[in-house]
Amino acid sequence: MNAPRLLAFAAGWALTASALAGTQPDGASIARLGNGHGVAPCAACHNANGSGQAAAGFPRLAGLPAAYLLKQLDDFASGARRNATMQPVASGLSPAERKLMADYYSTLPVPAPAAPAAPMDAASKALAETLSTQGRWSKGLPACSQCHGPGGVGVGDHFPPLAGQSAVYIANQLHAWQHGTRHNDPLHLMKTVASKLDAADIAAISAWYASQPATGKGGASP
Amino acid sequence: MRQLLRLTALAGAGLLLAACDRSHQGQARQGQAPTAHAPAASSTLAHAAAANTRFVPPPLSAIPDTPFGKEVALGHRIFTETGTYASAYVGNRLSCENCHIDAGRLANAAPMWAAYPAFPAYRSKNGHVNTFGERMQGCFRFSMNGKAPPLGSPVLVALESYAYWMSQGAPEGASLPGRGYPKLPKPAMAPDYARGEQVFKSHCALCHGADGQGQQVAGRTVFPPLWGPHSFNWGAGMHKVNTAAGFIKANMPLGRGNTLTDQDAWDVAYFMDAHERPQDPRFNGSIPATRAKYHHSAQSLYGTVVNGKLLGQGTSAH
Repeated sequence: MNAPRLLAFAAGWALTASALAGTQPDGASIARLGNGHGVAPCAACHNANGSGQAAAGFPRLAGLPAAYLLKQLDDFASGARRNATMQPVASGLSPAERKLMADYYSTLPVPAPAAPAAPMDAASKALAETLSTQGRWSKGLPACSQCHGPGGVGVGDHFPPLAGQSAVYIANQLHAWQHGTRHNDPLHLMKTVASKLDAADIAAISAWYASQPATGKGGASP
Repeated sequence: MRQLLRLTALAGAGLLLAACDRSHQGQARQGQAPTAHAPAASSTLAHAAAANTRFVPPPLSAIPDTPFGKEVALGHRIFTETGTYASAYVGNRLSCENCHIDAGRLANAAPMWAAYPAFPAYRSKNGHVNTFGERMQGCFRFSMNGKAPPLGSPVLVALESYAYWMSQGAPEGASLPGRGYPKLPKPAMAPDYARGEQVFKSHCALCHGADGQGQQVAGRTVFPPLWGPHSFNWGAGMHKVNTAAGFIKANMPLGRGNTLTDQDAWDVAYFMDAHERPQDPRFNGSIPATRAKYHHSAQSLYGTVVNGKLLGQGTSAH
């Protein structure tokens, strides 16, 4: 390909791309720039690669199940899930844009953690491993892995991955279910288990799952 | 030593009287006999305590670091990942712990600590006295849709060690509270497929899938298939509607046992058991004859017609 042809090709591609962007915004541009109707760019909090900001408790979105992400966006929009930051964002997106963003983030590769996980003391680690793999059935508490899969890789549409998720985010959600400030869990499954955890359990589980390798969304197969 | 352990267990159990499981009381409130099958006439303190409390098995962390303990630990691994550690004898995607929750430790989910001390025992299912080993062979043949490990084989020795270890201190020969699954009172309305389907959609499909085939991740079953070629076969106890209803009432949805009504549990058990599954390995060439010989019970839908389909034709694994 000679230089003039290359230039012509590049110009043509740029025109096509901008025309497409004008008619049909894509997930990547909404994530980067917002939707042009007042919704801030998702990347401002969740990062361009969807990794989130662990220390601030902004969750990783990359590689989460599309159906789960869409439900959360819809629930933020309807008020079924309350969050001062996400409510205006979700309700400022059209239903089609919410679907677009859920699909977009679900297909992003899982990024490597930005910082090594905080070290855990042996007792917390042992507690977390017991709760994640065995539960505490003497109190009717199932193991986390019984729904979120081995190592917390996530299962299907409704059980998101915990591995590699922000420890602050996981802990915040468990406390929110416990206190009833989050209540959009199907069948009240999370409300039930969170009510059986104490503060030490939550701290241990959150730190432990944050330290587990995230391998991408748990692809459930029949 | 055994006696001492037993006394210790009973003393500990006495302390737990006040904390007696709520579901147990709930069943009593519904006018249902408690799950204990101890002789009703017995009035000794020991029996009273035994009738109202649950045996508490030792924690897994108490498995000793000895040759015996290694066998116990292997048994636990087989119990929780049966397809991996006993693959030669497993023909489906289930593990022991799918029906025996908390790795065989949970009361009202057929705990091993209650099963082990109850054998040898006569079973009407095969018409003779079964050892515990033979009882476990039945699990592999029917519930696991596989092959019976030979008596004395490493798999059965490990599982028996695990069950024995767990039941140390439990009274022998008594039917302990929490054994098996609760027996539900007869439902007000006969179990119904259409009502059961609604219960399934609203309470079960989230985990087991709309098609009932469960969910696997990285080759491991997280939510077990409830019917079809990868589930238990027509000879398994869970194929009987009353058995399934008791299990479901006490244990489903996972972590939220005793939240379904009895009627819902009966209906959804009927719905599950009205689906096709692998053939009964005792199949003798004729569905009516196999029903007459092995399924002569109102609780078995084998050989009956539900929704225009004759059940008991079996599914072929692939």
